[in-house]
Amino acid sequence: MPDILIIEDEPNIAHAVQFILSRDGWQVALHGDGLGGIEAIRGAKPRLVILDVMLPHRSGTEILAELRGDHDPSIAATPVLLLTARGQAHVPLADEVLAKPFANDDLRAVVRRMLV
Amino acid sequence: MPFEALVAGCLAYVALMFGVAFAADRAAGRGKVRWLDHPVVYTLSLSVYCSAWTFYGAVGYASRSGLEFATIYLGPTIVFAGAWWGLRRLVRVARMHHVTSIADLISARFGKSNRLAGLVTLIVVVAATPYVALQLQSVSLSFEVFATDGLSDIRVAGMQGTALWVAAGLALFTIIFGTRNLAADERHHGVVTAIALEAVVKILAFLALGIFVVWGLADGPADMVDRIHRTATDPENRGWLLQPDRWTALILVSGAAVIALPRMFQVLVVEAADEDRLATAGWAFPAYLFAMSLFVLPIAVMGRDVLPADANPDLYVLTLPAQSGQNWLAFLVFLGGFSAATSMVVVCTIAVSTMISNHWLTPLWLTLRRRPQSGDPEDLRGFVLNARRLAILAMMAVSWTYYQASGGTAALASMGLVAFTGMAQVMPAMLGGLLWRGANRQGAYAGVGTGSLLWMLMIFLPSLGIDGLLPVPPEVDPLAFAILLSLAVNTLAFIALSIFGMPDPVERLQGLSFVSAVDPIRHSRVARGVDQAEPLLVMARRVWGAEDALRFFQTEAALQGKSGYLPDLTPGFLTRLERRLAGSIGSATAHAMIDSVAGGVKLTVSDLMQVADEAQRAKEETQRLENATAELARTARQLHEANDKLTALSVQKDAFLGQISHELRTPMTSVRAFSEILKNPTLTPEERSRFAGIIHDEAGRLTRLLDDLLDLSVLESGQARLSVMPVTLHDLIDRALTAASATRPERHFRVERDPLAEYVGIITDADRLLQVLINVISNARKYCDAEHPVLIIRVIRVLQGGAQIDIADNGSGIEPARQALIFEKFARLNDPARAGGAGLGLAICKEIMANLGGEITYLPGQGGAAFRVVLPRRPPVPSDAGWRHRA
Repeated sequence: MPDILIIEDEPNIAHAVQFILSRDGWQVALHGDGLGGIEAIRGAKPRLVILDVMLPHRSGTEILAELRGDHDPSIAATPVLLLTARGQAHVPLADEVLAKPFANDDLRAVVRRMLV
Repeated sequence: MPFEALVAGCLAYVALMFGVAFAADRAAGRGKVRWLDHPVVYTLSLSVYCSAWTFYGAVGYASRSGLEFATIYLGPTIVFAGAWWGLRRLVRVARMHHVTSIADLISARFGKSNRLAGLVTLIVVVAATPYVALQLQSVSLSFEVFATDGLSDIRVAGMQGTALWVAAGLALFTIIFGTRNLAADERHHGVVTAIALEAVVKILAFLALGIFVVWGLADGPADMVDRIHRTATDPENRGWLLQPDRWTALILVSGAAVIALPRMFQVLVVEAADEDRLATAGWAFPAYLFAMSLFVLPIAVMGRDVLPADANPDLYVLTLPAQSGQNWLAFLVFLGGFSAATSMVVVCTIAVSTMISNHWLTPLWLTLRRRPQSGDPEDLRGFVLNARRLAILAMMAVSWTYYQASGGTAALASMGLVAFTGMAQVMPAMLGGLLWRGANRQGAYAGVGTGSLLWMLMIFLPSLGIDGLLPVPPEVDPLAFAILLSLAVNTLAFIALSIFGMPDPVERLQGLSFVSAVDPIRHSRVARGVDQAEPLLVMARRVWGAEDALRFFQTEAALQGKSGYLPDLTPGFLTRLERRLAGSIGSATAHAMIDSVAGGVKLTVSDLMQVADEAQRAKEETQRLENATAELARTARQLHEANDKLTALSVQKDAFLGQISHELRTPMTSVRAFSEILKNPTLTPEERSRFAGIIHDEAGRLTRLLDDLLDLSVLESGQARLSVMPVTLHDLIDRALTAASATRPERHFRVERDPLAEYVGIITDADRLLQVLINVISNARKYCDAEHPVLIIRVIRVLQGGAQIDIADNGSGIEPARQALIFEKFARLNDPARAGGAGLGLAICKEIMANLGGEITYLPGQGGAAFRVVLPRRPPVPSDAGWRHRA
């Protein structure tokens, strides 16, 4: 069971995040599409979801809304870090929001704060 | 019943009527007109239609002619059923012009001609005299029924004077209550209230008798119907049922009579406070008539069945209860008949005397005086009152003389019909005057003149026994023939002379006022009471707009020390209101408007002229304003559309900027993340090399995106510089295929071409066209999902030297919902397998083709994705292209 599930369609970004967080010792899994994102969360039961907003087929906010409405309370309560390329500082339902491009240390700090 | 008791009862009843009339007049004098003005009182007063003729005569009529009596009730019923259309209009116009009689109405409409009024008055007098005589006769006859009922000869001899006494008493009543004052609106509250009470007595008496006949003499309705059936089917009684010619004529005549008879016009129009009471009368009066006619046939049939053959059918209503020993019922019926006769005589005399005094005596007096204008108004007022009293006495005297002379032999019904048909002759002129602006005085003279002449010769004189003046075709009914002929000639003469004659200016104005003055205020109810300020406010709002009107009214109310916005209608307020309104709509119109709402004085001809003048000016002004308004509306609409377009553009721009932000941030995120990672000294050389590669790719992607954006911006602004040259499509397609093969080089495409067809020479910007072809082919390489991908390229020469290039693949194509979007910016299909494009490719292609004077479209239904590029033989001149694009 991974600590972190990254749902991000840009492979380079996904790999960068995975690389950065793995080096901090976190177990990181990847999912590359909006489609099936919610199933991936249910299956992996991560402690943290890092979610991109602009996903093909299904946007991150849609996935977030469905996640929060999940019948399993432990799934519904999964902490979510939202990655956005639109510069928003706050998005409803998301626990933390990080604007792209971000500093790697900021990413690591946010993740550490959310998981420890 | 003893004769003395009858006389005493009768006198008591008369005294009651005097008392009621006196009380009502006093109440009206004190301003307590609320209940006097009640629509029920109005409706009951209309029942003056049911004179002694209908009370006694209807049964006689039914006994002689069967169902035909019903026509006398059907005509008025039809007229009142349409009260909302016709009578309302009549009453409103008459009230507006303060009309005092039907002669006055006709004269007012046709240029205030006194000679026309005199002519109508003549017809009225000729028709009404026998009718009044008939009422005297009926009272006299009804007294006789009681008197001869086992009484001595002396008393019978005394009967000769009955009619005289009745006439004298009625003249007294009429003079007292009919000429008390010279009210501006000619209303007589005392008389109206008294006849309303008499109407109640009439209906109660008749219904009581009817109930007695059906349930007392006969064995209930079934037996009654049986008796009626037996009588109706008796061969002796041919014509008891429908006779279409007579029915048509009689319904027509009685419908006319209910408006035109002097007494009817008096109560219906002159005594009406306003036209709104017709809402009640419209159904209540027909209901009254229905109740009055309900038992006519049963009484007539019962009279034929049980009374001696020589009994007078006109007196069945009295003799039936008297013979059955029902003295009290007989007395009640007597009072009913007495009421019918007296109310008719009183109202008719008031109406006729008004006409005689206004249209005969006063003009005569004014002509005879040397200096007609020198006398003070009171002088004239006294004369008019006295003239009216004189006319009442004369009318009564002539009627009594007529009754004496005719010997009281004519059947009641025929005398009533004479009056009906006579008054019907003024109907064409009256209706025409109300409905047709073109009607004029010559037409009215001709119509009324010829119609009444024919009536004289064919109906009136024959009723006096002077017969055979005009030949009547043998096979037709003489009465129906006379009625229809006289009315037809009357109407035709009226129309013909109206068409050929010229109305004078006063007539024109009056015509306009009569025919159309109803319309502007038809919907505003005239409230008579404390809340009159409200309609004025409504009116002022229409002129000034809600805010200004409310402010003005509020200020006025404050001046009077009242809160709210409804001031009392003080003269000062009305003057200020009128003055302010005059500033907006002209003085005559303001005056007329306030009068129409607040109730004021009669409009003079010069007022009307001014109104017409200002109305014309106002109309032109309105037209001008309407044109300006339409212009403004057009401009506003255009501005609105432009604004919508700008808003849509602004929304698009915001979306576009959001998209650009996303497209820029995505590669920058990778670049930043990996460059920070590269700072870490513990990376392996392989990792360093891979991450540097990623940074390089993403930087390239950023550059391409910026290039595309700049390119698009230049193309969209129409400022792209084209370097045109002759090219062959074959060469361009070769180059495009080569360049595009760099996209996903691992995929092998089979390309289907027809090289010969591709040798089409055109003049265009080769680099730009190449850009389009590469983009389309690269897209096919990127997105075609077939296992063995095929690219099909077809070139067709089109008209005027242009060309058409179709490029299709054999993949699954683009789903229909997205086909409309693919040429939009950032419409990159959400496909994870895409290869780094920013989603601007096809948008750029579209702009390039527009710049080249051609177009690129998606071809649906080709199996795979298919695009068509259409090119002209040469591009349009650049400035033209720029203009076309911006448009």
